[in-house]
Amino acid sequence: MKPRIAVHKFASCDGCQLAFLNAGEALLQLSELVEITHFAEAGPLDPDGQVDLAFVEGSVTTSEDAERIKRIRDNSRFLITIGACATAGGLQALRNTADAGDWIASVYASPEYIKSLATSTTIAHHVKVDLELWGCPVSGRQVLAALRALLFGVPPVEENDKVCMECKRRQTVCVMVARGVPCMGPVTRTGCGAICPHFGRECYACFGPAETINDISLGRWFEGLGLAPDAIVRRFRFINNDAPEFRDAAERIAQSQRPGSRGSAGH
Amino acid sequence: MAEQKEVRIHVPVLTRVEGEGALDLRVRDGTLDGLALRIFEPPRLFEKFLEGREYREVLDIVARICGICPVAYQMSAVHAIEAAFDVQPGEWVRALRRVLYCGEWIESHALHIHLLAAPDFLGAENVIELAARYPDEVRRGLRLQDLGNRIIRLLGGRSVHPVGVCAGGFFRAPTPLEVTALLAELRAALPDAEALVAWTASLELPASDQFFLSVVLQHPDEYPMNEGRLVSSDGLEIAIEDYGGHFQELHVPHSTALHSLHFPSGTGAEQIGQPYLVGPLARLNLNWDRLPPAVQDVVTRSGVQFPNRNMFHSIVARAVEIHYALLEAVRILEEYRLPESPAVAVTPRAGVGYGCTEAPRGVLWHRYAFDDNGGVVEATIVPPTSQNQARIEQDLRLALEAYGLGRPDEELRRFSETVIRNYDPCISCATHFLRLHVHRG
Repeated sequence: MKPRIAVHKFASCDGCQLAFLNAGEALLQLSELVEITHFAEAGPLDPDGQVDLAFVEGSVTTSEDAERIKRIRDNSRFLITIGACATAGGLQALRNTADAGDWIASVYASPEYIKSLATSTTIAHHVKVDLELWGCPVSGRQVLAALRALLFGVPPVEENDKVCMECKRRQTVCVMVARGVPCMGPVTRTGCGAICPHFGRECYACFGPAETINDISLGRWFEGLGLAPDAIVRRFRFINNDAPEFRDAAERIAQSQRPGSRGSAGH
Repeated sequence: MAEQKEVRIHVPVLTRVEGEGALDLRVRDGTLDGLALRIFEPPRLFEKFLEGREYREVLDIVARICGICPVAYQMSAVHAIEAAFDVQPGEWVRALRRVLYCGEWIESHALHIHLLAAPDFLGAENVIELAARYPDEVRRGLRLQDLGNRIIRLLGGRSVHPVGVCAGGFFRAPTPLEVTALLAELRAALPDAEALVAWTASLELPASDQFFLSVVLQHPDEYPMNEGRLVSSDGLEIAIEDYGGHFQELHVPHSTALHSLHFPSGTGAEQIGQPYLVGPLARLNLNWDRLPPAVQDVVTRSGVQFPNRNMFHSIVARAVEIHYALLEAVRILEEYRLPESPAVAVTPRAGVGYGCTEAPRGVLWHRYAFDDNGGVVEATIVPPTSQNQARIEQDLRLALEAYGLGRPDEELRRFSETVIRNYDPCISCATHFLRLHVHRG
């Protein structure tokens, strides 16, 4: 019998599901290797079926979704998060540091119609996750390589080098050293192909924190390049703002600019 | 209705709606007594995230609203930013942004035609089943989808949440070698695009003849993408800055995707709003004469005519726009040359900027207020799906009555899904698991 897989969506932009939907011929081949039992955007529908592998996109932002992820876990042998929302809460985790109730009231004319949790949390906050694939978005290659490895019964190779390593491999000139552009590459996990520096712009950390990062040193670099503390904080509080390493770094820098701490010239 | 959990109204702030959807119908004495398309993607509050962010961060944030049309969000935003700061990026940037948009139209339309819509019209459950029966047609579609993605990658590095656009232009100009290589493939795909138009026109699409109001961008001599005035099929013609005086988003209890309505005589208290259509069929109906003869000829040979009142011909309109976008990308890239710089300098200043572009699904309207340093003070984003939502409900009422409300629930469900999916709402995914509740009294 072919392995059964499911693709589930929580609060997200659907961009990580495109790893499958943009795969073209590989999507048709995949359907020969596995049985796709649930993938609402592609058609198959069986949200509560037993599967071997469940891919989960999106973060948990409602009480129904907090229950739904538990059912999915119970029905899945192996659970993989795909993307920044599922793995780190996503951009929408910015609400965790704000008053979501006020925000909803300011966007909706009738906030009483809206039911939503005050937080956006990762899948791992609710259930055990077997494999996390970082990235906003994950790439098709990354997802299909992990799936292929699991079908062969071997652990998928995890890329947790820094973006800087990828720039060296691509022979991309460092945007920070050569042009003083404040780049998050030194603290960011690779996997994107270092496309931003290749395009001559700064990495904005959409693949999340790399292993053993030195955010303090990078913060000093940014200060030296003329960035105000709040601008440095915003670089950590971005796509993966609720990844613990970035959350802590942002908090530390924010602390340092509160009254009594050393200020900065700004720009 | 009581057992149908009105409380499940969780919906997206930003009307980002490719999440869950449900349809409630109430039939009494054989007539339709109540209808509500429910959308409840959890709120993601993007307009609030933008406040306090610097203008440079806006494009990377708004891309995350939609994985399928991130370019559209970047295009409306970048034009709003440049309008606020009075930046004119020039002809090179203008042309290449058009190419980038062509890529997204091709990718998004090809995905919708083949993976989402065509199974409805050919009796398949999904694209995998469809590929077993129509392998050549599905593969042709996937190849076109891939070409669209490759155009986006040329200018944006990746096709989902691309990274190439900046205020003032692009971060990087593609090398002539990269352009030449892609150009050859785009030219080679033109017969595929022509064949796709003929194929969609040959599908057995349901009959439908409805009056609907269309709202689109119109440019003096081009098929609209990034620029133009807002026009409607009933004679409205306004600058994009005046959108708020003629259209209003309303918050209805059964869906937190905000509903937009058109107010022909302005949005005064006494006025009654009307549903309206945005997207490929509306665009084609009102901009047919802006299409080049090569595109018009293929349509004429296919036997389908525009303007057209059959909503189900939206799938043909999407195929026509794929053909157009491919030709347009070829036309622009054939004259490609390296610029001295891919972007002009930007100096932020306090002010308000508007951006309105044609996303694959229709008019996408942005407004930003900035402070002196280019920080976002306020952001408003009106996506196409919220504009179409009232129109989808209007279509469903008419279409279901014409179809016959006495039919079994399963047939009503299928037909309703087909009607909804035809709009390519960002809930097309959700309509695959449309929960239909029919209450017969």
